[in-house]
Amino acid sequence: MRYVDEYRDPELGKRLVDRIHKLSTRPARIMEFCGGHTVTIFKHGIRQLLPPTVEMLSGPGCPVCVTANAELDKAIALAKEPGVILATFGDMLKVPGSRSSLQQAKAEGGDIRVVYSTRDALAMARDNPDKRVVFLGIGFETTAPTVAASVLQAEAEAIHNYFVLPLHKLCPPVIKALLDSGEVRLDGLICPGHVSAVIGSRPWGFIPTGYGIGCVVSGFEPLDILLSVEMLVAQVERGEPKVEIAYRRGVKPEGNPQALRLMATVFEESQATWRGIGTVPQSGLKLREKYRSFDAEAQFQIDPGPTLEPAGCLCGDILRAVKTPLDCKLFRRVCTPEHPVGPCMVSSEGSCAAYYQYGADHE
Amino acid sequence: MCLAIPALVKSVTGQEAEVEVGGVGRRISIALTPEVKVGDYVLLHTGYSINVIDAGEAEETLKLLRELAEESA
Ligand code: SF4
Repeated sequence: MRYVDEYRDPELGKRLVDRIHKLSTRPARIMEFCGGHTVTIFKHGIRQLLPPTVEMLSGPGCPVCVTANAELDKAIALAKEPGVILATFGDMLKVPGSRSSLQQAKAEGGDIRVVYSTRDALAMARDNPDKRVVFLGIGFETTAPTVAASVLQAEAEAIHNYFVLPLHKLCPPVIKALLDSGEVRLDGLICPGHVSAVIGSRPWGFIPTGYGIGCVVSGFEPLDILLSVEMLVAQVERGEPKVEIAYRRGVKPEGNPQALRLMATVFEESQATWRGIGTVPQSGLKLREKYRSFDAEAQFQIDPGPTLEPAGCLCGDILRAVKTPLDCKLFRRVCTPEHPVGPCMVSSEGSCAAYYQYGADHE
Repeated sequence: MCLAIPALVKSVTGQEAEVEVGGVGRRISIALTPEVKVGDYVLLHTGYSINVIDAGEAEETLKLLRELAEESA
């Protein structure tokens, strides 16, 4: 596939690895924020190819994993409302909430349907005028504009039975919260590629200026990651942290202005609760007053009951990069992709799933 | 979850486009990238094009990768 295969050339990859080995003399602790990057790194065994000076950590950039139990419980409760169709991306189905999962609620008769796009959810609302279709709005800045576009289209077509449960989260504020906590020490950050396709590279400027940590926006193929590591190692060696883009074919410094415009039309920033990280100001999105009629939070009375966390699950610590899946006693023994205890094992982009799938001996 | 894949634009009608991904045709929304033209590649995410791929920058990055590889050989 064009724009994919070229960035998988193993010969070029080997030479880049050699270059990183020659270049790196100082310790460089690098976090890849995004779960998509984690998958590429594990799939291609990139951690083991790097010199001992370069240490890679996985960050909290998995929207499924960071969805708090209280939020998930709300979605499950909504799915049990009479006359409601809950439309969701497939990734969310198996995530265990406090007492149940969407999959379980579906087995118990809830009308829960997996969609690939908000376009499908909107079509469902069009085709089922006697039902109320609620789209489970999870995802980062990559996904939020697509949800905004669906709300604007519902407005334009006067579709009154389409709602969004807004659980979107924003990446720069949570990275700031992680850095402020002082729990992890980093020398470099690989910034999320498709979040940046929307927001651009400028919102990362606070990381080098405020924290002295270099950032490179990366694509998702192995050569993209190696190029990003090379750039970060070069920054560490020179002692010059800055924001660079290794993924220039997909990311502009200013991002995608149209996507940002639609997102700002429909949503405003609000505080959000992240699993393991807690409440972070301005790190979520809620629907603006004008679009209240599409807001499931405002239009439904939902009482999901008290929140319970899965006993023994370390997802929260893993998302903050203070523990790895190998520290979890349940990993592999009790918790597997077939019987996941926490979301970091459910999502294919979760750290636990990556360790499970690509070997536990990666440390 | 933030997965986006390159898709080739075959035709454009209003806010929608026909694209091809690995030989398979799909209809997508271009509401987020109204500037797309037939022949462009876009980054396709959950039924929407979230950005147009910059062919010139893609070439530049490949050139840079080859140069870095040369220097280390
Ligand atoms: S292995 Fe399972 S129980 Fe342990 S932290 Fe990961 S998801 Fe939670």
